[in-house]
Amino acid sequence: MTTIADSLAALATTAPEATLHAVLDEVGLVPDEFTLVDGPIGPAYVSWSSAGVTAFVPQSVVGSPQEFVAQHPRAAEYVDAPPARLALHLDRALETGKLGKLPVDLAALGDFQRKVLEKCAEIPPGEIRPYGWIAKEIGNPGAVRAVGTALGRNPVPVLIPCHRVVRTDGTIGNYAWGPAMKRALLEEEGLDPDAIEATARRGVRVVGTETTHIYCYPTCRHAKRSQDRYRVDFRSGEEAEEAGYRACKVCRPAA
Amino acid sequence: MTTITAADLNHRLADDRDAAFPDLVRAFQDGIYSGALQLTKNVHDAQDVTQETFVRAYRALLGYDQDRIRALDLRPWVWTIAVNLCRNRARTKARRPEVSEVVDRPATGDDPADLAIAADLGVWRDRLARLTEPQRTAVVLHHVVGLPHTEISAVTRRAESTTRSDLRRGLAALRNIIEEES
Repeated sequence: MTTIADSLAALATTAPEATLHAVLDEVGLVPDEFTLVDGPIGPAYVSWSSAGVTAFVPQSVVGSPQEFVAQHPRAAEYVDAPPARLALHLDRALETGKLGKLPVDLAALGDFQRKVLEKCAEIPPGEIRPYGWIAKEIGNPGAVRAVGTALGRNPVPVLIPCHRVVRTDGTIGNYAWGPAMKRALLEEEGLDPDAIEATARRGVRVVGTETTHIYCYPTCRHAKRSQDRYRVDFRSGEEAEEAGYRACKVCRPAA
Repeated sequence: MTTITAADLNHRLADDRDAAFPDLVRAFQDGIYSGALQLTKNVHDAQDVTQETFVRAYRALLGYDQDRIRALDLRPWVWTIAVNLCRNRARTKARRPEVSEVVDRPATGDDPADLAIAADLGVWRDRLARLTEPQRTAVVLHHVVGLPHTEISAVTRRAESTTRSDLRRGLAALRNIIEEES
């Protein structure tokens, strides 16, 4: 005859096998996988968690897989290729210069940095914006330096295009992997960094189109579309506004 | 039942939290799950509670310094989180009674032993549901999970003598319930 205590003791069982993995995944302790892919400036290491891409670094910057792991302790396992869905969207992102549906795991970052990077991801390929534009767009116009710092610590450069953010004086500015790589990335997108800086040196910050009376950042696709003979240069948004121009609703130049 | 085999788990957690944390899950997951099966409504809830317990434990550890981690009595600490989660879940379910007849089936397969346990689960859960909350918690933690009185008292924040009487009365109530059934 079994006692109640015996019957209760017999109710002990084992937890589902998936428990440990599910817990580690949720608290971020499942090691990232990583591989080598072809990027716009040569092969690059890319790592990912179950939530999305966690790091992107050109091989020319880190060299061996061991070095990559040393700098990205979460990336422990080298695999031949990302999971199919991720691979598809990663290829597409690298090809088009737009994040598209590629999931990026920014969970380890603070709110401010995440907002900065999400905003940065909206800048289309072939266009550039000043740091102040991001600061204004995220509702924190005074935080220009903090925006620079946040972009400098971008864990997924190229994919989140911090190379498309330049100094307010119009010069290309610095980059985590050196200014030369920033210029190379912009050239890869059809921009001419020397010409951009030459325009900026002439004091031009925004350009207007005479026919529409709209002003844009010089690299905005709408500004590039208008014909040169209708183009009017302005030293600032204020100057354009005084001349009766309104800001472009696509590139939303800061006044 | 799961016992703390690694007495140095505290120290390993304090020294390298992320490296030792999987062992914390391994050490207590079976006990938590077994207990949660009786303290929640179904297998699904028990799985949720088990996972959530460790997620919360990890997040709590993030905020503790090394000395505090070293001083933790790990099993009752983890069980305090788990019992609260079971209790909250019961409350939410009571407020929004839903006829969610999730079938109890063993998560691990068709092993005859698992199936026998699954059949027993519902029967005992219904019986245990008729005890008072402190009695049910004490009976499950002691007889199903294998926690000693002192640890149960730490979890429920009730005096050890109260825990003993919860257990005694709980078993007596179960005996009555079983007699009623026959």
